[in-house]
Amino acid sequence: MSTRLTARRRAARTGQYLALLGYLVFLAFPLLWLVSTAFKPPRELASLHPGWIPDHPTLDNFRQAFDEQPLLRSAGNSLIASLAAAAITVVIATPMAYVMARHHRSPLSRAATGWIVVSQAFPFVLVIIPLFLVLKEVRLIDSLSGLIMVYVVWSLPFALWMLAGYARAVPRELEEAAAVDGASRLRTLISVTMPLLAPGIVATALFAFITAWNEFFFALVLLKSPQKQTMPVILTHFIGTEGVADLGPLAAASLLATLPSLVLFAVIQRRITSGTLAGAVKH
Amino acid sequence: MIPVTAASARSDQGSAPPASTASGKGPGRAANGHRAWFLVLPALIPILLLSVGPLLYGIVLAFTDSQAGRTDPTQWIGLLNFQDLLRDTLFWESFRIGLVWAVAVSVPQFLLALGLALLLHQNLRFRWLSRALAIVPWAMPEVVVGIMWRLVYHPDAGLLNETLGTHRDWLGSLSTALPAVVVVGIWARLPQVTVTLLAGLSNVPRELHEAAAMDGAGAWRRFRTVTWPAIRPIALAISALSFIWNVNSFALVYVLTGGGPGGRTRLPMLFAYEEAFRYGQFGYAAAMGCVLVAVVSILLAVHLVARLKGDDDA
Repeated sequence: MSTRLTARRRAARTGQYLALLGYLVFLAFPLLWLVSTAFKPPRELASLHPGWIPDHPTLDNFRQAFDEQPLLRSAGNSLIASLAAAAITVVIATPMAYVMARHHRSPLSRAATGWIVVSQAFPFVLVIIPLFLVLKEVRLIDSLSGLIMVYVVWSLPFALWMLAGYARAVPRELEEAAAVDGASRLRTLISVTMPLLAPGIVATALFAFITAWNEFFFALVLLKSPQKQTMPVILTHFIGTEGVADLGPLAAASLLATLPSLVLFAVIQRRITSGTLAGAVKH
Repeated sequence: MIPVTAASARSDQGSAPPASTASGKGPGRAANGHRAWFLVLPALIPILLLSVGPLLYGIVLAFTDSQAGRTDPTQWIGLLNFQDLLRDTLFWESFRIGLVWAVAVSVPQFLLALGLALLLHQNLRFRWLSRALAIVPWAMPEVVVGIMWRLVYHPDAGLLNETLGTHRDWLGSLSTALPAVVVVGIWARLPQVTVTLLAGLSNVPRELHEAAAMDGAGAWRRFRTVTWPAIRPIALAISALSFIWNVNSFALVYVLTGGGPGGRTRLPMLFAYEEAFRYGQFGYAAAMGCVLVAVVSILLAVHLVARLKGDDDA
């Protein structure tokens, strides 16, 4: 009896490890292929049996990528748009999130929560067409400022959601203690609440940065001139109208475009899952 | 009303009323009244101007003949756009593809993610590796995910053909294009859904699980009676979200196929994008957006009703 049970358990364990292996292969192989392609010289890419590991790994693809497309400038554009969007988002979202956390039953907070939920459901087309027309009217089309404004509003729902979660976690009695000690309301907010909220604000800002850095649709629609375009848009230029032109530089540029958000995401990953989803369940 | 204790304040979801200090002068009230407005305005103004406003304007546009570069004033044309949409076979085709795509991605993605979450919840070796790897697709720009899979599907230098020893043009042939992009769709957000469900699994009371096992409940029974009820809210939330994300997909398929071959992968968002920004049919594309909003709202409402009903049962 007991031997049969352990045999069954062993079979189950084996099955589990096989499933895990399948997942790892599914997850990792496309990624490894991207990396491998980025370091392959053209001759190996054109060969009938391109291998996993380049025989003669090269950095030429990276150099060629910079030659073919204005990568550096587009990275600069992406950096400006993402930094500005992240900064503005947290500056305007933090006070509102604080109010939502402390007065979550007020009509305003309810409306805000409703808007946060609804804004997840809207097809971007319905918003982008009027936005395009309005921004064109005020001459903010084909400008990074216009794109930044759109990014701020685009990341606001999630930023409010995250920040309100963090603000709820700040113990109210600490603020009360400060008030008892004679601190003014503003002073309490600045010297008691904000420091406690700081890690949440940083996480939210990084998240807004990644969102803007990775964004494609709005940038595609709103930016026309090549010298203003962001990195994801420039990446698509490597793909000619008739399919892929140069695989090596394409892969190399793609890797470079991924690095910033990958590093930042690794830093805040735990906070995103624990912070926001805990909030999602409790709501 | 209720005195705030340390415990209630910390676990508090804001259930204590704002004026909780005895004097009513505490910082709990700091954001009350006109002060709250002062704190809220910086976010509220952009929301109204750049989100709510355009949304309403977009609905209005759907009833007009707004076009790019026209000189005569835009006319109110009532339901004409919607009537045209009804007759537009290309629109219905893309609508159908969109639904097939959203279901074909969301359902397997959820089931796979659920299985993986249960798997990774176990004490397995190498699970750190899958957690570490899972970050990458999540953090990647969608454009890069698309480019990466183009490399995998490439007819000559692709990983898939190399592995299978074939020379198929997976993204370029009518029969394989949609299945090929569906696989990418599943890949792209599988980690996100998995990690979300994994977070939900940490809510499952371990003692209850062990007690059920002691009583001789099998794995399926333990899942149904202990695990599922605990992760149900988070599972419903993430499944609804991922479905909406998939309905609104754009970048992934735009990069992979551009909607081709022969419109086989032309999702509604790609169709609307072309109508609006290639052919300049703003009013028509806005009407399309309205139809999509309506459909998604109905599906979401059904989902929410199911969720509320489930909560009553619990």
